[in-house]
Amino acid sequence: MIKSTKSVGIIGTGSFVPEKVLTNNDLEKLVDTSDEWILKRTGISERRVLDDDTPNYTMGIEAANRALEDAGLKAEDIDLIILSTEAPDYMSPSMACIIQGAIGAVNATAFDLNAACTGFIYSLSVAQQFIANGVYKHALVIGCEGLSKIVDWEDRNTCILFGDAAGAVVLGEVEEGYGILDSFLGSNGAEGMNITIPNLYVSEEEKEKRVNEKYNTLWMDGKEVFKFAVKAMSTATMHVLDNLNMDINELDFIFPHQANTRIIDGAIKKLGITDDKIHYIINKYGNISSASIPVAMDEAKREGKLKKDDKMVLVAFGGGLTWGSMAVKWFK
Amino acid sequence: MVFDKVKKLIVEQLGVEEEDITMEASFIDDLGADSLDIVELIMALEEEFGLEIPDNEAEKITTVSDVVEYIKSNT
Repeated sequence: MIKSTKSVGIIGTGSFVPEKVLTNNDLEKLVDTSDEWILKRTGISERRVLDDDTPNYTMGIEAANRALEDAGLKAEDIDLIILSTEAPDYMSPSMACIIQGAIGAVNATAFDLNAACTGFIYSLSVAQQFIANGVYKHALVIGCEGLSKIVDWEDRNTCILFGDAAGAVVLGEVEEGYGILDSFLGSNGAEGMNITIPNLYVSEEEKEKRVNEKYNTLWMDGKEVFKFAVKAMSTATMHVLDNLNMDINELDFIFPHQANTRIIDGAIKKLGITDDKIHYIINKYGNISSASIPVAMDEAKREGKLKKDDKMVLVAFGGGLTWGSMAVKWFK
Repeated sequence: MVFDKVKKLIVEQLGVEEEDITMEASFIDDLGADSLDIVELIMALEEEFGLEIPDNEAEKITTVSDVVEYIKSNT
């Protein structure tokens, strides 16, 4: 890792989830499944879904405004907005630009970044570079995921897993020794077709993978992804800890991407830590892709769990395939 | 012995009683495993025996003896 010139950390958090709850029992009416089956295999009891006629970016606007308020900043103070999404309302304009316009961040440069469920870590890492190098002072990093709009509600293998939410953080310069201590990003495009959402081009292979003729939907090879995920989460966590000569037991928290409770539990077992270091949100929200880490952090913070000097690792994996991790010493 | 090591892993992964684990036992039908349990078991086996079990081979594993035989012929 290139040594930063300035220490960069999270100085504000915010999140938003839609009000409408879809329980496992509700899903029993849509597809052949059961509450017990879903809970045992995924740890999910319910998820939030946005109305069909409400755009996904509205969640990002709420999360962004809450993060700004928490940081004590105005929208005009933001120099950079990076947004991660797998479910953009428009291919152009970017969701980042739409939100920039809506919140009045008139001084910001705004763009979307696509690294699927790892997108929040990728976005944080990119934003960090700009601030560390002195180009920008304050960045807004958003994960905004309205996945209910891209799942096939007749495919019981995937529709049970996903939900809608948005999370945001404000990054800025912090006292030396605090904030982001180290980060690591990985990609392996050779295995990329294990998680797909076709857009303009739909290959015969992608058509065959889907149970219905709904081709612009999310599909994944659950078993392959499960194996990849457990390994990626444990190796990525160790990567940053080893770089910092830190022991896993020094960590106060791990904020993993929450795709499936059994992936998290498999990874923490490999790492040799206990589940009291995790702030679980998957049971009530399902897999919310790149929003899962900022939403979990925001909720943990608002519950008073995070204290200055707490050491934590954020770690994620996802489509691409991509994975990444970040060691953070909490500043606020 | 391979069978003993495998048995210990199965007890850990599936939370079943040791005496239920016979060579003929099917993971799904006899030991109450689901598809993810099998993935987790394969991962634990790979770690324990230093193996990489390819997908097409992993799919053929349905009973305890399938595991034991696979390990014997690949280690």
